[in-house]
Amino acid sequence: MHEYSIVQSLVERVDAEVKSRGATGVHRLSIRIGELSGVDPELLTTAYETFRERTVCDGAELDLTIVAARWVCEQCGEPIGRASLLKCNVCGSPARLAEGDEIMLDRIEMEVP
Amino acid sequence: MCDTCGCGDPEIVPVEVHDKILSGNERKAAHNREHFQATGVVAVNLMGSPGAGKTAVLEATARRFGSWHAIGALAGDLATERDADRLRSAGIAARSITTGSACHLDADMVHRALHHFPWRHLDYLVIENVGNLVCPAVYDLGQDVNVVALSVTEGEDKPLKYPVMFRKADLVLITKLDLLPYLPNVRLDAIVEALDRVMPRPRYIGISATTGVGIESWIEWLTRVRAARRPHADVAALGLS
Repeated sequence: MHEYSIVQSLVERVDAEVKSRGATGVHRLSIRIGELSGVDPELLTTAYETFRERTVCDGAELDLTIVAARWVCEQCGEPIGRASLLKCNVCGSPARLAEGDEIMLDRIEMEVP
Repeated sequence: MCDTCGCGDPEIVPVEVHDKILSGNERKAAHNREHFQATGVVAVNLMGSPGAGKTAVLEATARRFGSWHAIGALAGDLATERDADRLRSAGIAARSITTGSACHLDADMVHRALHHFPWRHLDYLVIENVGNLVCPAVYDLGQDVNVVALSVTEGEDKPLKYPVMFRKADLVLITKLDLLPYLPNVRLDAIVEALDRVMPRPRYIGISATTGVGIESWIEWLTRVRAARRPHADVAALGLS
């Protein structure tokens, strides 16, 4: 259950942004979680609901976008299908994960006096 | 203040961040990596399920390799010193990182442990992560390489069920090979095929800590990792000593 420690990092980061901008509250957080990031979106949401109480994020909604894994050939850029081996059909080079491993904080909507 | 009507309500401002949530851990991992590179220590993040044979592999490695090379280990464990005790008995300088309830090691835990552990003279520092096929894959520790121990007793499909960890593995040690004859439903070919589906650069070595099969190949692999390291930077110049 590393989702709790990810939420802790998220709240600390938001807190730092709030302080640096003198905000009085947080309305919404937008985050992106990749399918192959190792983070379970449902567990993360539960962890957030539990952990945010009495923090700067107490009243903040969590807007979570799941990013599907997308593999491409690291040499020629050819897309590589989900069910296939992680190797390019055209040139035989290994696949590279183009997206789907992100654990990103994109946007914070804050109240500024 | 709301400047639409001057009502005094606070204004809602979107702040674009676009940063990794674990950027704090990544900074600490980068700091550990600088230490390791400056001192020429090869850091190995050894991961795998509880009971996959991580400690046994290290014991067998020390028996074959220990007299020529200085190997040290940090052993992540929820509650005990048992792994570190076993490693010390095998001749490996070892220190426990007791994580309490945490299911993984992070870069800061490793950094703090290094402060209390003589690691600078080592050729290899193996960070034996907490036994778990999920959480440790998410946290960079500053290692040079990720190695996953996968025992044949775990069955054929673990790589497909836990693709995140295997995707990040530079090498998979298929352990407990001596038990394969007693497992009628486990085929080595099927484990390898599953690894091919989740590792962009599949590399695996079948080993047995009991019979010693494969230990030489694993040691050769470690030696190649060390040889591929760039010449050591000047420690004093980096201000890390």
